[in-house]
Amino acid sequence: MIEVTDITKTYQSGDTSFQALKGVSFSINDGEFVAIMGPSGSGKSTLMHILGCLDTPTSGTYFLDGKDVSTMSDDALADIRRDKIGFVFQSFNLLPRTTVLRNVTLPLIYANELPEKREADARAALQSAGLDERYYTHKSNQLSGGQIQRVAIARALVNNPTMILADEPTGNLDTRTGEIVLGTFQQLNETLGRTVVLITHEPEVAEHADRIIVIRDGVIVSDAKNYKKRKVEHHDY
Amino acid sequence: MTTNDILHETYSALSANKVRTGLTMLGIIIGISSVIAMVSIGNGAQSSIAASIQSIGSNLVIVTPGAQRSFGGPQQARGSAQTLTVADGQAIQSQVANIGSIAFDVTSREQVVAKGTNTNTSITGTTPSYTTVRNVEVDDGNFFTEEDVASSNKVAVVGPTVVTDLFLDGSEPVGQQIRINNGIYTIIGVTKSKGGSGFSNADDAIYMPYTTAQHYLTGNQYLSEIDVSAATADDTTQVQNDVTTLLLAQHHISDPTKADFSTLNQSDIIATASSVTGTFTILLAAVAGISLLVGGIGIMNMMLTTVTERTREIGLRKAIGAKKSDINTQFLIESIMLTFTGGVIGVILGWVISLVVSKLGIIQTSVSVSSVLLAFGVSAFIGVVFGYYPARRASNLNPIEALRYE
Ligand SMILES: Nc1ncnc2c1ncn2[C@@H]1O[C@H](COP(=O)(O)OP(=O)(O)OP(=O)(O)O)[C@@H](O)[C@H]1O
Ligand SMILES: [Mg+2]
Repeated sequence: MIEVTDITKTYQSGDTSFQALKGVSFSINDGEFVAIMGPSGSGKSTLMHILGCLDTPTSGTYFLDGKDVSTMSDDALADIRRDKIGFVFQSFNLLPRTTVLRNVTLPLIYANELPEKREADARAALQSAGLDERYYTHKSNQLSGGQIQRVAIARALVNNPTMILADEPTGNLDTRTGEIVLGTFQQLNETLGRTVVLITHEPEVAEHADRIIVIRDGVIVSDAKNYKKRKVEHHDY
Repeated sequence: MTTNDILHETYSALSANKVRTGLTMLGIIIGISSVIAMVSIGNGAQSSIAASIQSIGSNLVIVTPGAQRSFGGPQQARGSAQTLTVADGQAIQSQVANIGSIAFDVTSREQVVAKGTNTNTSITGTTPSYTTVRNVEVDDGNFFTEEDVASSNKVAVVGPTVVTDLFLDGSEPVGQQIRINNGIYTIIGVTKSKGGSGFSNADDAIYMPYTTAQHYLTGNQYLSEIDVSAATADDTTQVQNDVTTLLLAQHHISDPTKADFSTLNQSDIIATASSVTGTFTILLAAVAGISLLVGGIGIMNMMLTTVTERTREIGLRKAIGAKKSDINTQFLIESIMLTFTGGVIGVILGWVISLVVSKLGIIQTSVSVSSVLLAFGVSAFIGVVFGYYPARRASNLNPIEALRYE
């Protein structure tokens, strides 16, 4: 359960300051599939970083599962990120010169998972992200943009987080592969009950969610249920 | 994170950036090995010079004619003045305490001919005690005796270099005759090589009774040197002082600064030479220290230029659940591994260099533990500080700030 109330974020760089979020409030229940839409520069990533406990708001409150996240210590936030949140960055952020498998295994190391189980989990996550097995031993800098994106998604899924936050996860994918990834999110949401929040600026992508929040210039301009949800019917990897 | 995980992370981080790892280690290796090698060479030079001074004689006090060094006025070349006499030597022998032995020397340079070959070498007319005073050993035949001295016999003991210069066919020198300054001398012995070189090469010399040298070569009654060997090393200063006082009285000189002879103490030579070689060692150590510094700056440079990339990596690791302590441990272990691997290679390399220098016979080096510790300590310190400190700072940023770090 996510409850944000009147969140603002001001970026300070030298003398100039820029308010990227100007009082945003909403809540997301467990098991919801929400899309956040908005034009470039509207504050989507900023909001997502706060939701993912990667950054803290300048003002306002953020309760995650009933606990006030804005007052937590750095290490407590690290625990939340590790146990509850799977984050797909807009710029992916894979470890350079490191194999695909190792990139996906990394969160498990910090989660103290048994070494024997790690590889199997990483392979399962890569499979549900739709990456072909022959790339698993490639270094992260030997992959195409779309492949990198799928590795980033697999890394977010590998910990079985209760909440998946994805910043433009289909931005680099062709329509068909994009559908596969969206199908994966829908399946995680419907069969495993995971909360999914995804950012996009494409209405067709947003239509895969149950609810669409539209943000512009740091304020929410609309927040409505999506009555014509598009379902990815069938996918086989 | 288990220990195993940390080691694995360290290993993959170091092997993922082979060039960076290699260059950083190279800085450490060069720094450490040059300090170790240079200091060992310096130490080796110091002990080899001390050893060669030791080989001149034992606890020597050398008396030479001519004025003490003084400012102004013409300076007579040492040894060329005619002020030392046999009587002086005998007075020293009978009146100065704690004398081991004493030798009277007459030196000159002459052309020496044997079987048509000739060489120019130094002639030392002396007493049989010369062998003990100057550590000269006879390899073949005998040194001359007191009787030879008493009757001014024309006998000669030659150094090995003279033998090779004169007897090209390798024939046995003992018993053969050589011509020096129109006199015929019989070789009765060959000295053992001392391996010396330079201005006083004991191997390129001919020894004969001093009386013979005075009579046939210099034609006067003066001595060119008196070598006094003190009974023990501790006695050299006392012997030197007593010899000076005695000779001033013998020569009726009341002002010591006007003395017509000078004395030189072997311990003073050793002290002077070791201060020279000490300076030399310091010079080498300074050169090595500069390479250590350059190596250290190289390490800093490598570590700091990768900070941007590593800061992003730290942000990423934190974003997927790493705690500050996970990051700090990983980076600390990483810098320790890097500097210690480089350090161990550097120590081995420095050691090998000094061994090679010894084996090639250039100089007998000796590796000092303190130089190993110093070199290792400095580069390990630099490596750990500059590898760990930026990482520690980055681990305090929140993940987004770290990921955006420029
Ligand atoms: N670290 C920062 N310092 C200063 N300004 C920032 C910083 N990060 C973001 N901004 C500004 O905040 C605004 C919102 O940025 P944000 O990344 O949230 O946009 P976005 O909605 O994700 O855009 P896009 O769709 O292009 O990814 C932008 O105008 C951006 O310039
Ligand atoms: Mg964005």
